[in-house]
This record gives sequence, C-alpha cells and structure tokens, in this order.
Amino acid sequence: MTDTTALAAMFQQRIDAEEKIEPRDWMPDAYRKTLVRQISQHAHSEIVGQLPEGNWITRAPTLRRKAILLAKVQDEGGHGLYLYSAAETLGVSREELIDQLHSGKAKYSSIFNYPTLTWADIGAIGWLVDAAAILNQIPLCRCSYGPYARAMVRICKEESFHMRQGYELLLTLCRGSEQQRGMAQDAVNRWWWPALMMFGPSDTDSTHSVQSMQWKIKRFSNDDLRQKFVDQSVPQADHLGITLPDPDLKWNAARGHYDFGEIDWEEFFRVIAGNGPCNHERLSARIKAHEDGAWVREAALAYADKQRQRAQKAAA
Amino acid sequence: MPDKRLPLWEVFIRNKRGLDHKHAGSIHAADGEQALQYARDTYTRRNEGCSIWVVKSADIIASQPQDEDSFFAPAADKIYRHPTFYEVPEDLKL
Amino acid sequence: MSSDLFQYIIRLGDNALINGQRLAEWCGRGPFLEEDLALANTALDLIGRARMLLSYAGEVEGQGRSEDDLAYFRNEREFRNFLIMELPVGDFAFTTARQFFVDAYDYYYYRALQDATDTTLAAIAAKTLKECEYHLRHSSEWMVRLGDGTAQSQARLTRAVAELMPFTPEFFAADEIDQVMQEQGIGVDLDTVATLWNNEVDRVLREAALARPPLSFTRGGGRQGLHSEHMGFLLAEMQSLQRTYPGLQW
Repeated sequence: MTDTTALAAMFQQRIDAEEKIEPRDWMPDAYRKTLVRQISQHAHSEIVGQLPEGNWITRAPTLRRKAILLAKVQDEGGHGLYLYSAAETLGVSREELIDQLHSGKAKYSSIFNYPTLTWADIGAIGWLVDAAAILNQIPLCRCSYGPYARAMVRICKEESFHMRQGYELLLTLCRGSEQQRGMAQDAVNRWWWPALMMFGPSDTDSTHSVQSMQWKIKRFSNDDLRQKFVDQSVPQADHLGITLPDPDLKWNAARGHYDFGEIDWEEFFRVIAGNGPCNHERLSARIKAHEDGAWVREAALAYADKQRQRAQKAAA
Repeated sequence: MPDKRLPLWEVFIRNKRGLDHKHAGSIHAADGEQALQYARDTYTRRNEGCSIWVVKSADIIASQPQDEDSFFAPAADKIYRHPTFYEVPEDLKL
Repeated sequence: MSSDLFQYIIRLGDNALINGQRLAEWCGRGPFLEEDLALANTALDLIGRARMLLSYAGEVEGQGRSEDDLAYFRNEREFRNFLIMELPVGDFAFTTARQFFVDAYDYYYYRALQDATDTTLAAIAAKTLKECEYHLRHSSEWMVRLGDGTAQSQARLTRAVAELMPFTPEFFAADEIDQVMQEQGIGVDLDTVATLWNNEVDRVLREAALARPPLSFTRGGGRQGLHSEHMGFLLAEMQSLQRTYPGLQW
C-alpha cells in the first residue's frame, strides 16, 4: 500500500516524464480542483461566447457570411460541449457546472462581456479574439490531463477556420468603401485592448501560474503569450491598413519585440467582477435558455423512462 | 424522484470504411436513438464519419489504474512474441 | 416559360431561406447544448439549400441577379415562401411541430423532384433529399418525445399543432405555375405529396398520442406574396446591412 506522499511523488514523476494523467488515476485534490475550474471556465467562455456573435447571424450581409457565422457559432457550442465532457471526467456533472455559471460562482472570459455593435465586430472577433484564444489553446493540446488535451486537439483543429474567416471579413471591409473601412477601424479600436486582456493578469500578479506550470496545465506565461500576440498582430494590421489603438506601440530592436502600452487593469477587474457592458445580458440570456429548456429535457427523460418500462413489461 | 439529468454516452466513430471505430468523445442524451443523432450532429460535422457507435458511459466496465501492474506488466517480458526476437538468415524472405 | 420556372424555383428557395433564417435564431439558445448543435445543423442545411436555389433562379432569370440580390433586395411582396416559414420561432414545441410539418413535406416533395426533367433541379433535389431524411427523423422523434413525454410537453405540443395545422393546406394548393411546371416534367404532383404527407402526419401524431385537430380555417397567401405581419420584421432585420449600404462587397 502506498501513502499519499508516495502517490503524489509518482504523480509528479509521471507529469515530468510528459506522461498523461487519465481520469481514473490518483491525483492531488488541488490538481483536480484547478482543472475543474480551468476547464469549466473555458467551457463557459465558449457557451457565453456564442452570444455576441450570435447577435449577427440573422443580419449577416450575405448568405455565404450567414452560413459561415452560423457554423462558427455552432462550433463554439460544440467546443463548450467537448470541454464540459472533459470536466465531467473529473467527477463533476454538467448541471453542476452550469449552475455555478448561472449563480455567478464560476467565471468566463471577460471578452464576451463587450457588445458587438457593427458587422465589423464579427471580423474583429475572428481576427483578434480567436487569435488570442488559439495562442492560449495550442499549448493546452499538450497539457498533462489526457481528456483536456484531447478536447483541445479537436478544438484547435476546428478553430483554424475561425480566425481566417474573421481576417478575410475585415480584409473585404478594408478594401471596400470609406464607411466600411471606418467600420473596421472602429471595431478594432474597441476590441484590441479587451483582446490583450484575454491573456490574463501580468505574470507578477497571476495567482495560479507557478503551480499550474509545474502540473503542465499551463505551459507559457501570460506575458509571453501576450507578447507573441502583439508581435503577430502588428504586421497583420498593417496589411489591413488598420491602426492599432495604442500610441506606445513600436518596434524594439533590442528586444526583438514590439513594445506596447499599459493595459487598463482596472477595467479588466471591473469587467471580471461583473460590471462590464454586457455581463448582465449574457448571463440572463444563458439562464433564460436553460430555464426555457427545462421542460424539454424533462419530457425527453420522461419519454425515455416510459419506453424503458414498456420494454420491460413486454419482456416480462 | 427520477434523475433530472440527461445521461452521458460515449461516442465511437469510424472515419472511413476499413478503419475501426475510435473513441471521439461523449454527449448527453435521453435515449439511444437521440444519442446516435447527437453523436452525428456533434462529432461528424466535418465529414469525419461513416459509422457511429454510442454506449452509455455507465455501462462501460473499465480496468482500474491499480490493476495496471498485474494486468499489463506480465506481457512486457514475452519478447518471443515479436518477430524481431528471432534470428534467421537475412537473404531469406521469412 | 423561363419566368414560370424562375417563380417556381424562387418559391422553393424562399421556403428554405425563411425557414433557415428562423431556425438560426435558436443558435446559442437551445434547450440543451446537443440540441443547440442539432438545430444549427438543420439551419445550415436550409441556408445551403436556399443558396443553391436562389443562385439557380438568378441564372434562369438571366438578368445577372445573384443569390444575395434575390435574398436582400427583393421586397416583402416579392417573397414567395409559405406563411408557416415566417412565423416567429415560439417555444421548442412550436419549432418542433413546424419543422416536422415542413420536413415531412420537403421529404416527399424533393423525393419526387429528383425526377425533374430540369437536371439542375433534379441534382439539387437529390442532395436535398438526404438532408430532409435526417431532418424528418429528428423532428418526428421529437414529436413523439414531446407528445408522449410529460403533461406539460404534451400540452405545449398540442397547442403548437393546433396553431400550425391551418397553415399546412398552403403546401398543396396548386396554381398555374405548378400546373405549367408539372406539364413540363419539372413540377411534382402535389396530390400525391399530400397523400403521403397526410399519412406520415397521421402516423407520427398517433405515435405521439396526439389527436389531429380539425381544420376550422386555413391560412395562406405567401405564394402570392401576401404575407403575415411577421414577414416585414423578418426582412427588415435580415436585409438591414445591405439596404443601409447598398452596392458593396461584404
């Protein structure tokens, strides 16, 4: 028989050897808790993330764009589904997780608390928000928890079209009329900073980083990923002819990176705390969908139950 | 009081004829037919499948991590089960 | 002749477009995640079908109108969809009953349209039929689940069926265009479709333990461009960007 210390040592050894942890393996409680929090937060972000873009499905300006947007928003629902499933392997049900979201106990990415005001926002979300998400997600394909890593592989594969469609959409606007270019610039002005915030607080202020790195459920620091995002976005913005809304943004030859301005962390924490422009609407919409669906789920269960009883009676 | 939660199902997809079914993920559904449809709607949206199995997660019997040594370690030293164990003249096609 | 064919295709295209537009409203709001994805799959099939049909209609018309010209720059009176398509989504029972009535109709309709002498329409029908078969399976399953589920689901579905049934005779009301098209070996025999549809509806309602409501009145007019009050709002929303900034690429 092994005691907890020995199990913990074996667990960490396995992680250090880049072996995956699987659902039935022994794991420290804190590892399980951290994963449930991180995976469910991620799942909630996908589901709440359907709403701002979903806002434009009925108004997409061409049928091609309508189909693309609907497929993309549907993908986000699918990604939420994969992630809830991964979280469920840790012994927590989807209902519990959804209840945590609805009660405000669980968080989701604060980016989805900003409104989509024009069609160009759909492009800006694809280009910036999805790019930031991909940068955050690619390292997670190698994270130590097997079901999470496998879900992320599937998600990253599917997400590859999301960013491209957004960029293509913006490119079309930027090559279009004066009004369309203005629409694109306005959208980027509003989404740039919130996108930078998606990488989370600066490493010096991030509470979970060290332990998560050791557990390999996080592989790069928030600031490193944020820098990577800025570096890749600048030439893409140039190609669009869009100005990124940061007067401090400039190439630093010594660092080999772009320098950029200070993020408004007050805004970040204000939105996380529930006081962003759309927090209330987003949560209300989710709660309404869930409550409106209750009788449907009950009916499906009741029918399945009746069928089971009928089959039993027939067999008896 | 019956459980108000839709049960969990595991989904296995055959990508194309000739391949075996592979675990794709899981979904919630009230019954088998619904599970099959949701497996289709969730896991074959990009043309990934030509055949689907679904099975209730609760019906799966799984080996436990603590069985690992007794189940799998004994196979490790049976190297004579592998063709490379045997030395035969190289110019013969064996 | 080509203007009859144009009208004929437009009707099919508009049905798919307006139904798809309504169904897409569920995206992100389904009763649970799996059904959310399923509804979006059906909506995507419908939008895809609308695109094929409207593109072909534009081709037949020969005036250079694209699928988007037809979807975004026609006025309400020029749309030719059945009224049932434009009704607001309602609750899940209403959406289910509408989809079931429409899916059953589409299934038999497109099955017959596969034999059209117009090879483009026949090809579109063959592709569409596969989708309809799945849609019908999905919606008829739900009819039975809701009808034979709980007291609440049964009450909601009963109400939805009663509200929607009067809109279904429009499916089978043949006019001159249908006649001309049928004479040309393109249009399908609506009497045959009606018989098959009625049998299927009776079968599923029976399984769902629902009585078929008597038809005390009927609603129609969409095929003549006379719509319900809902249509103007639907189009105002759908067409808003194109109408605000006409003539641009998106």
